[in-house]
Amino acid sequence: MRIEETEQEIVEEFEVFPEWMEKYEHIIEIGNSVPKIDEKYKDEAHEIKGCQSKVWLHSELKEGHIFYTADSDAIITKGLVGLVIRVFSGHTPEEIIKADISFIDKIGLHEHLSPTRSNGLTAMIKQIKFDALAQQASIKK
Amino acid sequence: MDIAIKSKIVDNELDIEAIRKDFPILHTKVHGQQLIYFDNAATSQKPLAVINAIERYYRETNSNVHRGIHYLSNKATNEFEESRKVIAAHLNASHDEIIYTRGTTEAVNLVAFSFGEAFVKNGDEIIISQMEHHSNIVPWQMLCERKSAILKFIPITEKGELKMEEFKKLLSSKTKLVAVNHVSNTLGTINLVEEIIALAHANNTPVLLDGAQAVPHMKVDVKKLDVDFYCFSGHKLFGPTGIGVLYGKTQWLNQMPPYQGGGEMIKQVTLAKTTYNDAPLRFEAGTPNIEASIVLAKAIEYINKIGLDKIAKHEQDLLLYATGKLEKIEGLKIIGTAQHKTAVISFIVEGIHPSDIGILLDKQGVAVRTGHHCTQPLIDFYKIPGTVRASFAFYNTFEEIDVFEKALNKAISMLK
Repeated sequence: MRIEETEQEIVEEFEVFPEWMEKYEHIIEIGNSVPKIDEKYKDEAHEIKGCQSKVWLHSELKEGHIFYTADSDAIITKGLVGLVIRVFSGHTPEEIIKADISFIDKIGLHEHLSPTRSNGLTAMIKQIKFDALAQQASIKK
Repeated sequence: MDIAIKSKIVDNELDIEAIRKDFPILHTKVHGQQLIYFDNAATSQKPLAVINAIERYYRETNSNVHRGIHYLSNKATNEFEESRKVIAAHLNASHDEIIYTRGTTEAVNLVAFSFGEAFVKNGDEIIISQMEHHSNIVPWQMLCERKSAILKFIPITEKGELKMEEFKKLLSSKTKLVAVNHVSNTLGTINLVEEIIALAHANNTPVLLDGAQAVPHMKVDVKKLDVDFYCFSGHKLFGPTGIGVLYGKTQWLNQMPPYQGGGEMIKQVTLAKTTYNDAPLRFEAGTPNIEASIVLAKAIEYINKIGLDKIAKHEQDLLLYATGKLEKIEGLKIIGTAQHKTAVISFIVEGIHPSDIGILLDKQGVAVRTGHHCTQPLIDFYKIPGTVRASFAFYNTFEEIDVFEKALNKAISMLK
């Protein structure tokens, strides 16, 4: 599935929840099913800075595609990272670098996008894009 | 309908309903809900008396101070200096002991630099505490680095009170200054500042108090306290941001070199040498925040009209009421249970990250703060990731606490 298709899928999924409570319950659910990062990667190097809660993200390149695992000590943050992972995981570095993230706006979570926001969705996306750039460079070598 | 109007519990002393009309922002809707503002320890909301005075300043007074030959400049200077007198009277100080700063942070930095330059040398010691805001830690660390001095910490108890016996042991001939908060921003602890000052003075050591969290909630008399330096921020006292106050005893201030160089702070400037003005102007280089300086007096006049005694009583009632409610919630632990507290409740809920609670409270219109509250060493002491902090002001109501309790229970049930 292309990145835009996954985004569209998420947008449709959230349309079922016009109420904030259901929306956040869904995010919490996603948080509980995030592909879990190996404990050994829960270190400083894998920590995403700029979040009030702790978030760890690990990426692995398999046959030209990047796959992510993550964790957070806050469940909503974990749900947000879960959403982002779902969109980007399994794609090539190039696709990830080029992708826009308009779905976050569309599902009414844009308030989490502000760069100063304490749960740092912006920091996560930035980290993913930087990482994809690094992975791309490693492929070209 | 306004929450205050529905209030079941009528406060005997304060007409909260009328007071809330003075604060337009309290009537804001957040995510479709009536705003409940419980983040007063971060900043307070502003009454119309303050909002209107800001506009009036720019409509009727705006001009630069202390150098005018013309009508408006004299008017601005008069109001600027009259405000200083109002602030001085409020603290029971003399007007030449009142220095305008940008806030508490700048006031602490000013003392750390200027007092440090005059009195602190290699091997000397400064005493602060484990429960300080970063703004009363970092400036002293910087000073200690500059002067090769040593920073000592008064440890705290599990309840969040300073260990006074340990403080006594820390005092020595090397101690050059004691700098502690009057009230903890994270815990609400009201520290035993009279005792701290008496002990420090018996050791010939001056004391700086960070009063940012005290001044909005209680009467502070710097003469009675006999404190050497006292700082607070205007924005926490229902006044504008960008203005704060440093009170300093004249005997110290005039021995301290300026903090910044520029206009206003000089007696005479030649290209070879400059002689400095006396305090307070010595420490007020450049064009000050004239508007906020003037308007701060309006905020002080406003709270004095209501009465700090009544404010303190109402806030204590709110604290008691909310504490009773929160203590009943399973898995909730209040961080900071000192005997004497202002209306601040920090708490954690077992198995839930504070930021998750903060997000879900916000969705229900309740504004609290989550995180380390700029007191990382304190949060480390409790070995927690941070707290949720609800902090009240006199315009808050019992019914708001009821709504908060319900919202909190809802958040917890979603997160458990």
